[in-house]
Amino acid sequence: MAIALLSDIHANLEALEACLKHARERGAARYAFLGDVVGYGADPQAAADTVRRYAAEGALAVQGNHDAAIGRSAGYLNDAARVSIDWTRKVLGAEHKAFLAALPLQRADGPLCFVHASCAHPERWEYVDSPAAARRSAEAAEAAYVFSGHVHEQVLYFESSEGRWSAFRPTPGRAVPVSRRRRWLAIVGSVGQPRDGRTAAAYALFDAAREELTFHRVAYDHLAAARKIRQAGLPEFHAYRVEHGV
Amino acid sequence: MLERVPQAGSVIDGFRLGECLHTGAQGQIFRVAAPEQGFPAVMKLPRIGPGEPAENLISFETEAMILPALSGPHVPRFVAAGDLAQTPYLVTEWIEGESLEARLRRAPLDVQEVARIGAAIADAVHGLHLQDAIHLDLKPDNVILKAGGEIALIDFGLAHHARYPDLLAEEKRFAAGSAPYVSPEQVLGTRSDPRSDIFALGVVLYEMATGALPFGLPATIAGLRDRLWMDPVPPRARRAELPRWLQEVILRCLDPHADERYQSAAHVAFDLRHPEQIALTVRAGKTGRAGLVGQARRWWRARGARPAPRPVPTVQVGTAPVIMVAVDTAHADDPRQAPLQRATARVISPSTDFRLVCVSVIRAAAVADGAGAAGSASETHLEHLVRLRHWVEPLRLPARRLSLHVLESPSPERALLEFARRNHVDLILLGAPSPAQHALAWWRSVASSVTANAHCSVYVVRVGSD
Repeated sequence: MAIALLSDIHANLEALEACLKHARERGAARYAFLGDVVGYGADPQAAADTVRRYAAEGALAVQGNHDAAIGRSAGYLNDAARVSIDWTRKVLGAEHKAFLAALPLQRADGPLCFVHASCAHPERWEYVDSPAAARRSAEAAEAAYVFSGHVHEQVLYFESSEGRWSAFRPTPGRAVPVSRRRRWLAIVGSVGQPRDGRTAAAYALFDAAREELTFHRVAYDHLAAARKIRQAGLPEFHAYRVEHGV
Repeated sequence: MLERVPQAGSVIDGFRLGECLHTGAQGQIFRVAAPEQGFPAVMKLPRIGPGEPAENLISFETEAMILPALSGPHVPRFVAAGDLAQTPYLVTEWIEGESLEARLRRAPLDVQEVARIGAAIADAVHGLHLQDAIHLDLKPDNVILKAGGEIALIDFGLAHHARYPDLLAEEKRFAAGSAPYVSPEQVLGTRSDPRSDIFALGVVLYEMATGALPFGLPATIAGLRDRLWMDPVPPRARRAELPRWLQEVILRCLDPHADERYQSAAHVAFDLRHPEQIALTVRAGKTGRAGLVGQARRWWRARGARPAPRPVPTVQVGTAPVIMVAVDTAHADDPRQAPLQRATARVISPSTDFRLVCVSVIRAAAVADGAGAAGSASETHLEHLVRLRHWVEPLRLPARRLSLHVLESPSPERALLEFARRNHVDLILLGAPSPAQHALAWWRSVASSVTANAHCSVYVVRVGSD
């Protein structure tokens, strides 16, 4: 039974729908949303609605910094992001705001742990961008597998031997054996705003029974998503990022 | 964990252990019956538990992860692996044959045998690199000579696969391989350069040719680091009757700078199979090690050497393609010659370290026309070789990029296909049937037959199409 891991949707409905369809076709039976449902993109209402519907049917969801910013001052974010959050706050319905505000920072499920940023102080939104940061998060999680987002890039960190962590850049579509014997921390990439120079949406599928993790990239109509950002009058930079995957 | 010491007769996960073939520091190997597989199999059991090094298990886990992803005649087939937390074991095909280690007891071997075995090892290494894997522990112990002349590589406990996390990434000292064979960049902690296998192949070739190890048997890290700058005694200084071309190949494999080595094992295999085509350099003529000044210069260059990040093996090998062009030397005035030349120039220009192999197929030289009653077979052969050289001249390629071959066969398509497969050709260029041959159905042409049956890509050039 595979679980689809989706993070940093950033109100990109085209990308979200493409990833959900891709995951369904590959036998995803469960879904986990790793935060930042909104922010940057032009479809916060539809994206939040989709995640809420999946959550009602048993999907796991945790809160990201953009989700948290909806309900309070967005001082943490940079100017362009704050413009987007202020706009999102206006277009988002009360129910959806309440849904995002109520999301937990971290969820555990047996050997699995889900968090947007780092399990070491999830509320600080630290970037897990090094083996040392991955190790801190994994040690705080006390789980064999930690799945997170926040860093918009697909990386698999792992404990290669006692206390030593390494980083691995996965090849999309190729299953990676992830034995339960050691500890792993996967950054699943961003559904709605990839930044590695490729426009395709990123997510991952984890098969607990087979102990396999597969990172995926899914081509979607990113030009339509960028167009909507411009039409909504949001900062040009956000449209440009989606258009070029940067 | 295993509750007791495994022995012949024990049953593990349904596998009944037979004869114990090996007991070593890292574990044991037993024959097992695997009747449904249709080939003989063995079970590897790692030595684990208190007092045993943790690397044993990581190396075992590495092999259990990588082996199922590999295929082909040069690796043992994977059968099953036990749960590492419960009963770690690995069942694989048992490769029947003699280990190169055993063969080396008769070293030095004669030159033909060195070239034949060396090319077969290069075939295997290339096959591995094409699957994005690097062996990293290539040594005579891990090379099995099979009855048919092919070889298989065994023991993937230190291997690296670009598509999988490298569990040994942090085990630098342990994972550096076997001291006599390990490459300079491995000594520095790099585990992702396929050219490390080419260095190890150079050590094996050196050992087969001379009976000696180029860097001895270093027992310390400092001793290992010597190979970053020290050049080995040239093989011909140890054994004067060795041909210069063999010294050229060996020393090129052993260059401390990976960029100066062969960039693809396919090129090593090619040179060992076509020694007459090797462009000799200063390496071939070396009679001794670098002098004091030379050594100092090499040492200075190696100071603070840091290997750069490497592309994955398939990408690395892809920068050094073997490109074959089929040239009809019997019809030098054919209008297809110029377009074929232009297409060849286009294809080779973007690749950095290509090898262009020009091939002409003639009917058996003895009966070929044009030679006249006085012409001998070798004259005919030479004549076509000259035409081939003339054909490729406008491309102005250095000798080391080029090789020329006149094949004799009644069936051009079969000769081309066999040559391409045997020499790891990545791309074949050849002309489509000429306008004059349009009466001949396409499917009966050499081009269609080669296109349909080639193991690699084929570029069919048509007149007026470029």
